[in-house]
Amino acid sequence: MADSVAVKPRKAASPPAQGGHRSTQRSRREARAAYLFLAPWFLGLLVITIGPIFASLYLSFTDYSLLQEAKWIGMDNYVRMFTEDPRFIASLKVTTIYVVVSVPLQLAFALALALVLDRGLRGLSFYRSIFYLPSLLGGSVAIAILWRKVFGADGLVNAVLGIFGIEGQGWVGDPDTALGTLILLHVWTFGAPMIIFLAGLRQIPSSYYEAAAVDGAGVLRQFKSITMPLLTPIIFFNLVLEIIKSFQSFTQAFIVSNGKGGPADSTLFYTLYLYLKGFKSYDMGYAAAMAWVLLLIIAALTGVNFLASKYWVFYGDDK
Amino acid sequence: MATTSRRPVPVLFRPLQGGPLVKHVLLIGFGLVMLYPLLWMISSSLKPEELIFREPGLLPSTVTLENYTEGWYALKHPFGYYLWNSAVITALSVVANLVACSLAAYAFARLNFPLKKLWFALMLGTIMLPHHVVLVPQYIMFSELDLINTIWPLVMPKVLATDAFFVFLMVQFIRTLPRELDEAAEIDGAGYWRIYLRVVMPLCLPALATTAIFTFIWTWNDFLSQLLYLNNPDNFTVPVALRTFLDSSSDSSWGPMFAMSILALGPIFGFFLVGQKYLIRGVATTGLK
Repeated sequence: MADSVAVKPRKAASPPAQGGHRSTQRSRREARAAYLFLAPWFLGLLVITIGPIFASLYLSFTDYSLLQEAKWIGMDNYVRMFTEDPRFIASLKVTTIYVVVSVPLQLAFALALALVLDRGLRGLSFYRSIFYLPSLLGGSVAIAILWRKVFGADGLVNAVLGIFGIEGQGWVGDPDTALGTLILLHVWTFGAPMIIFLAGLRQIPSSYYEAAAVDGAGVLRQFKSITMPLLTPIIFFNLVLEIIKSFQSFTQAFIVSNGKGGPADSTLFYTLYLYLKGFKSYDMGYAAAMAWVLLLIIAALTGVNFLASKYWVFYGDDK
Repeated sequence: MATTSRRPVPVLFRPLQGGPLVKHVLLIGFGLVMLYPLLWMISSSLKPEELIFREPGLLPSTVTLENYTEGWYALKHPFGYYLWNSAVITALSVVANLVACSLAAYAFARLNFPLKKLWFALMLGTIMLPHHVVLVPQYIMFSELDLINTIWPLVMPKVLATDAFFVFLMVQFIRTLPRELDEAAEIDGAGYWRIYLRVVMPLCLPALATTAIFTFIWTWNDFLSQLLYLNNPDNFTVPVALRTFLDSSSDSSWGPMFAMSILALGPIFGFFLVGQKYLIRGVATTGLK
């Protein structure tokens, strides 16, 4: 992503020697206009983003509850998190399982469907739309409500199982399966990465496949030697994006567990616990510290991802 | 494309080789399984309460609208009130994002100014920033300003172009437009504002459409900020109202809740139908959700 984004070097403003007074005046006018265009964004960067980032760093070293002054307590929040707070550890564990299981599963579905839909299948856009729809709806409260009922004790899944004479259970009410239902919900939204895969597949020239077929390469061989390597940058892009996104999932767990993360903390997502700490117990210093730990985790995961990508992502020979 | 081999081939690999009919049957089957919960919710919302969980099938044996009338009046205000609140916040967010993000994008894509690279890098950095890092201080700030239970905490960030995703999207788009157009307008005596408004923006319509549709869907679906900033039932939006509905209703009133959930999803579905082209292009080019 960073590649396509980098600012292209622009031809430098014409040197003063040639245009003299006029052109410096011009570039000054241009700069002034630019900063005017950017004024709302600058204000936002300062007030909505950078200011709060530093404020939250400061708060993370304090004991603060909105009602009284912030009290400096050094590293206490961070130490407490890892040594005295089993719920924090539980939330880390739940979120990690969620990310580690649901992201690869979701991407596997996305890739498989993209491969099936690739190249001239009739009705492609129809299928693409159908599979994409859940991605748009999946984050909403309404779908989380639906999920809760689909996997409830007297829900749809059990009704269907009943037809086959299998007695189901309350999937969202059982600590062993509740997280599984949320993982399924995430997998259900495979449409967005599928579209990114489709766009990637379309960029592989069909002449590669023709040449390989002439050389006698079978389908599996073509997949292994052409499709996969050329698709690795897209897989990588999807992986980074989905990990970052799923680490911050909130709504589904909140609705399915009535805002509590139950049963037995089995759906206590990291951000849900952060919310409970900061806005239910008003332990805002602690919540800020949790937010910083989240930032560090996400930054570290992304960093590791980029480092590891050297070993499996194929960027072509020219780069 | 290779269709030479006659060997049976796993369906997944080279699409054209698996018989198209088999593939269509599988795809339709899979699509049905995926959409089944949604279809079931629609059909359940039209069934009398007592039938919902006795019939897992899609075709209701009796059709009734009573879930809709009951759900509409189940909370403090009729449900239309919450739909309206959501619509206002969403509309303001869309307009704010369109204006603020396109202003910033024009500057990044077309103008030269000191420290441009630094600002651009910072802008990209904010795309990746987890929202939760700024959540607590933002809440404190808005509560100090006495703006809890107003639309400002929800709309202000959009007015200030903090959805950097869209700035990036538009920068990418503007860069593909020929510069000669700007230059021609400049020779005709147009200033930067005129070029932005009369030359660049009209050509940017596809990027603006993508921005508008995604802002709409994200704001309409957004739960966390609305949960944080709106806690007076008079200000509730659809997601918060649905959540209250869930809290207040017993296990037996799923019908009305399904009915209201359908109403909540309706606008997104509508935008999906109208704006598919922009949605899919947006996802494919930038990885938006």
